[in-house]
Amino acid sequence: MLDAAILGAVLASIVAAATTLLLAALGELVAERAGTLNLSVEGMMIIGAAVGYAAAYGTGSLIVGTLAAVLAGTLLSLVFAGLAIWLAANQVAAGLATTILGLGLAGLIGAPFVGTTLEAAPALNIPYLSDLPLIGRVVFGQDAFAYASFVLLALVAYTLSRTRIGLVLRAVGESHVAAHALGHPVRKIRTLAVMFGGACAGLAGAQLSLAYTPFWASDMTAGRGWIALALVVFSAWKPLWLLAGAYLFGAVSILQLHVQGFGLGIPSQVLSALPYLATIAALVAISALKRGQGAPASLGVPFVPDR
Amino acid sequence: MLSTVLALAAGVTLAGLGGVPAHAADKVKAAWVYIGPVGDFGWTYQHDQGRKAVEKEFGDKVETTYVESVPEGPDAERVIEQLARAGNNIIFTTSFGYMEPTLKVAKRHPKVFFEHATGFKQAKNVATYNSKFHEGRYILGQIAAKMSKTGTIGYIASFPIPEVISGINSVMLGAQSVNPDMKIKIVWVNSWFDPAKEADAAKALIDQGADIITQHTDSPAAMQAAEQRGMKAFGQASDMIQFGPHAQLTSIVDNWAPYYIERVKEVMDGTWKSTDTWSGMGDGEVVMAPYTNMPDDVKAMAEATEAQIKSGALNPFKGPIYNQASELVVKEGEVLPDKDILSMNWYVKGIDDAVPGK
Repeated sequence: MLDAAILGAVLASIVAAATTLLLAALGELVAERAGTLNLSVEGMMIIGAAVGYAAAYGTGSLIVGTLAAVLAGTLLSLVFAGLAIWLAANQVAAGLATTILGLGLAGLIGAPFVGTTLEAAPALNIPYLSDLPLIGRVVFGQDAFAYASFVLLALVAYTLSRTRIGLVLRAVGESHVAAHALGHPVRKIRTLAVMFGGACAGLAGAQLSLAYTPFWASDMTAGRGWIALALVVFSAWKPLWLLAGAYLFGAVSILQLHVQGFGLGIPSQVLSALPYLATIAALVAISALKRGQGAPASLGVPFVPDR
Repeated sequence: MLSTVLALAAGVTLAGLGGVPAHAADKVKAAWVYIGPVGDFGWTYQHDQGRKAVEKEFGDKVETTYVESVPEGPDAERVIEQLARAGNNIIFTTSFGYMEPTLKVAKRHPKVFFEHATGFKQAKNVATYNSKFHEGRYILGQIAAKMSKTGTIGYIASFPIPEVISGINSVMLGAQSVNPDMKIKIVWVNSWFDPAKEADAAKALIDQGADIITQHTDSPAAMQAAEQRGMKAFGQASDMIQFGPHAQLTSIVDNWAPYYIERVKEVMDGTWKSTDTWSGMGDGEVVMAPYTNMPDDVKAMAEATEAQIKSGALNPFKGPIYNQASELVVKEGEVLPDKDILSMNWYVKGIDDAVPGK
């Protein structure tokens, strides 16, 4: 049933589906490793999708659109940072409020663009390599967003585990009191981490509205921000596990569509639930395997220096 | 989930602003409850176009409001209740799952008129209305059978409810009327609106050999995917030609404006009655977008079928129709009654798949 051409196309769709999640989750992972639970990923994504589309439509440049999306995601993350980090508000409430704000603003910004479309971000084919059988299109025929997700992943993984910046960031996330006592500016570091998260979520939004389905519609993120949040927990806050999680989720969500097309007779509702079931199963497996290695100790706890 | 909060907030605001009793207002206040965002460019977008047409028609004599992205269930009941208390004279609720909430609220507000789209339960102050989208889908099936090189239509379906099942059957019957060997591949996305998933479904169908995509979901994502892959597709709810200038063959356009204008007029005139309206192409409620990207003979065939459906000479569910077990369901010369179309949960012969949940 599956010949090489179909397999290549399926794998390419999996990469595209996983890229959205990987980008958004990677930013959240950094924010959470610094000790901030930012529930506004969905809001930052949708604002990125709206602003990115508006900017790309207005200027005709996908690069300008992408940069605008990154900026929009970052700006919205600053709203969250102001509430949760500087005013020490409840992080869950601040994150939800910011998401609501993001959804509303995105609808407003996007309203004039309903029913318009633009040219999708092109696949950046690499000469010769893209023509390789099977892996050519999958590995070397993706759009810039997929490559960006790999580069960002490598950067984050390296920075967190191998650099002083990463060490300080993790220290802030594990024990903000100790980090503060050592003279590290806890709130500044957390703000920067949240801003990075906002930038990544904005980029994920741009991937949706500029490359995946190049148009604007309210609610077009359709809950992917929440899945990204779950993937961070799934990954046990480790970048490489995050990669695995995003690709597992992407693969199962694409494959279930193909399984239906082949008419194997499995109820579609079960198939639609599969990505979530797979995530839960993996979560259980991981927590069984790696007991005691969980969330950063200060995650979700506001830091007030004078107290 | 969060749009719920927004919707409720909006409902509360509306209630706070308008404490005027219905009879005291010299203008008609009409409200709409939407399942999706008005910017979905699909189902909700078209209902909102209808609302705008009402505003345009009556100007100062009418005041309209809407609440978008209202989830079905208890949230819907709260929103409808708020709208009723806010002094609206007529409230249109535009999704199947609003049926029970609408009826419940209507019982508490006997002086307010309610209109439920796609439902089947009426009350003294609750009317129902729907469109015969399946009439348009029969034409899609015929065009697909003429245009397909692989002989396989790809169908992106939302939820296995009668409206969607009858749409699939209608496409298949139309296709079989041209080519009895046509095949159809159905993928359920279990969502009305998830553009990325709809695009993925379209790609999966194309990868599996479908060269014409049709959808019963609300975004133009599938059209875009077909355009990118050089395939053909049919739009849904709105004319989606800008999303697939080379891909779109035609599109089924929901035109609610005539109905909304008529019903609001009846409220003004005091002649409103609870009715059960199921209009189709003949009433101008189901409109076909221009036939494009097809040879002249296919276009001529589509136009001829359209004319026949409009005049009533052709009914997609006219016998003989067999089910998957090759049993004769509709006899030669007979037509499947509306109630059987509205409760359809079986596939016609030739569909190589099973109805979900059966």
